[in-house]
Amino acid sequence: MDALTDTYMTDTTQEKPADMIMTARNVDVFYGKKQAINNVSLDIPKGSITALIGPSGCGKSTFLRCLNRMNDRIDICKVSGDIRYAGQDIYAPKVDPVALRARIGMVFQKPNPFPKSIFENVAYGPKIHGLATSKSDMADRVETALKQAGLFDEVSDRLDEPGTSLSGGQQQRLCIARAIAVQPDVILMDEPCSALDPIATAVVEELMDSMRDDYTIAIVTHSMQQAARISQKTAFFHLGELIEYGDTTQIFTNPKETRTQSYISGRIG
Amino acid sequence: MTDLITSEPAAMPADWTVRSPHRIKRARAETRFRLYGIVAIGIAVAFLASMLLTIFIGGAGAFTTSKIGLDVTFNEQVIDPSGARDPASFRGVNYRPLITGALAEVFPDVEGRQDTRALYKLISTGAVYQLENMVTENPDIIGTTQRVWVSAGTDTNLYLAGKIDPDMPQELRQLTERETGWIETLKSAGHVKTDINTSFFTNGDSREPEQAGILGALMGSFFSLIVCFVIAFPLGVLTAVYLEEFARKNRLTDFIEVNINNLAAVPSIVFGLLGLAIFLNVFNLPRSTPLVGGMVLALMTLPTIIIASRAALRAVPPSVREAAYGLGASKVQTTFHHTVPLAMPGMLTGTIIGMAQALGETAPLLMIGMVAFIVDVPTSVVDTATSLPVQIFLWADNPEIGFREMTSAAIIVLLIFLVLMNLLAVILRKKLERRW
Ligand SMILES: Nc1ncnc2c1ncn2[C@@H]1O[C@H](COP(=O)(O)OP(=O)(O)O)[C@@H](O)[C@H]1O
Ligand SMILES: [Mg+2]
Repeated sequence: MDALTDTYMTDTTQEKPADMIMTARNVDVFYGKKQAINNVSLDIPKGSITALIGPSGCGKSTFLRCLNRMNDRIDICKVSGDIRYAGQDIYAPKVDPVALRARIGMVFQKPNPFPKSIFENVAYGPKIHGLATSKSDMADRVETALKQAGLFDEVSDRLDEPGTSLSGGQQQRLCIARAIAVQPDVILMDEPCSALDPIATAVVEELMDSMRDDYTIAIVTHSMQQAARISQKTAFFHLGELIEYGDTTQIFTNPKETRTQSYISGRIG
Repeated sequence: MTDLITSEPAAMPADWTVRSPHRIKRARAETRFRLYGIVAIGIAVAFLASMLLTIFIGGAGAFTTSKIGLDVTFNEQVIDPSGARDPASFRGVNYRPLITGALAEVFPDVEGRQDTRALYKLISTGAVYQLENMVTENPDIIGTTQRVWVSAGTDTNLYLAGKIDPDMPQELRQLTERETGWIETLKSAGHVKTDINTSFFTNGDSREPEQAGILGALMGSFFSLIVCFVIAFPLGVLTAVYLEEFARKNRLTDFIEVNINNLAAVPSIVFGLLGLAIFLNVFNLPRSTPLVGGMVLALMTLPTIIIASRAALRAVPPSVREAAYGLGASKVQTTFHHTVPLAMPGMLTGTIIGMAQALGETAPLLMIGMVAFIVDVPTSVVDTATSLPVQIFLWADNPEIGFREMTSAAIIVLLIFLVLMNLLAVILRKKLERRW
């Protein structure tokens, strides 16, 4: 709590609280009787990359999935606390989680393109949300999304080939393009590079950096170097609790908590 | 490190060599096990081969038949005494005198009621209908003499096929010495030929083996399976989709799941009883029809389809569903845009296998009366009919020798259809999977 209040105070000196696109307050998550998240409060500033780090099993994915209500799909998962997107309580009864996920997209650990063509993969989101006004508009949207994901040049001549025929890194960028095509505000990424080789990882990291102007990104990563390289904010989780949250440079150069210190120097995890 | 590579290799440890006692023991165990496997497969293949061989040898004869060529004079006095040439009047005429007349030409010395009747028995009783059809189709042949190849009688057929043992005492044989003599006379005069038994493929059942055909049973099976598919496929797939994708996992769904699995193990005759009690006695649906048969088979096939479809849905990787949900697809969209299409090959395979089971099912159809002697080929789902396996059962039950090879022939037809259906399942699965 201390860490949070601190960062919150330091933040307000530079940014107005209104710039927080997502806010979480006192979030608890239970899987059945087992508590996976314990009283976590955390704000995600707009137009930045926020990294969630911590040893495996500490609840990073669980917390991330609370932010677009993906946990609703798990029967035994119970979320309490207050999570807001653009000031609106996303767990309010009148909120439609399906519509919410169109605003807050998600990219998964393992690249999971649909077993359809590259074009259809990207076009699926706009199609189900009725975004495209015509066939050519759809083609434009697909092209724009693929360009933003830095994939267009590589696949422009084979859009009707299956998405699953691409390399792992290309597949992950296809998944990012697919998420972008819905024009969300926030994109949640759960260890998007953990299945990729270092070169593909570098490409995806560059891509995330370039996306910062248009999207807010929250990324779970097990690689501290990655967090240090790409994020502006870092949250350190341990055993379901948020230990420390602050500017990435501060977390990595001058952690306030000893546990953070131990983790980034490799003594926990 | 470099030292190690350039220096002489050390002597290999004793237990690394192929001659080590461990390795010899292991190799022996492997050889023995492989032998057991080969023996087991050999026995299974031998059983299968001997079964198929007996069926094919026994049934091959039914695909050919003997024809007797008669020079029939289409006597106007017999067919159309009034000379009006009214096609309606050609039906119901007694064409038998035309045949006996033609036979008398060949055997001028056979006289007397009893002998002419014995002679007439060499010809199939269906021959008169053949003449009737010829006259109705082409009245111009009245007054002419034509060579007509008519079916041989049941016993003649057996004799010509070598199925009557000439060493048997006359009293026990179907044909007397004199009758076989007549057949030999016909044969030497070129009045006998062997032909493909088209009536086997174009006729319904009959009391006479040479006129009996498989088409009635085939159409009965076909209509039953259509009804079965139309009911069982959508119901089974939707049930599976609901249970797998929508239902919460709780006591009730567990209970339903257990019961579906139990249903798959219920003896099929019980489904027949259910059909009898519900479809016939309560709903008063027409008895002995493919409609009711198909409904009963659908009940029977449903658990198979549900179980196969659920397995197919479960095999769709969860990451596909996550991807769709992550894009803001609803549950229904996720299910019907992604999960179900990906599971479809498995669902279809399960359905076809279930239908193949249904095709071979006899017991439930006996219960709802699809076991009657039905001559007409059914043309719709509400015509009375039998099915292939029931027809086999009926013919196998018939004491007449001529039906023996009909039984085997019908089994061959059933087997061919089963193989075709399973082939279809394989092709369909390959084709749908090859898309990506
Ligand atoms: N679907 C689930 N059902 C039950 N327990 C779960 C489920 N998902 C995660 N957990 C538990 O919640 C805890 C946090 O998991 P997770 O959020 O995946 O951790 P991380 O992503 O940090 O590795 C773990 O102890 C894990 O066992
Ligand atoms: Mg995780």
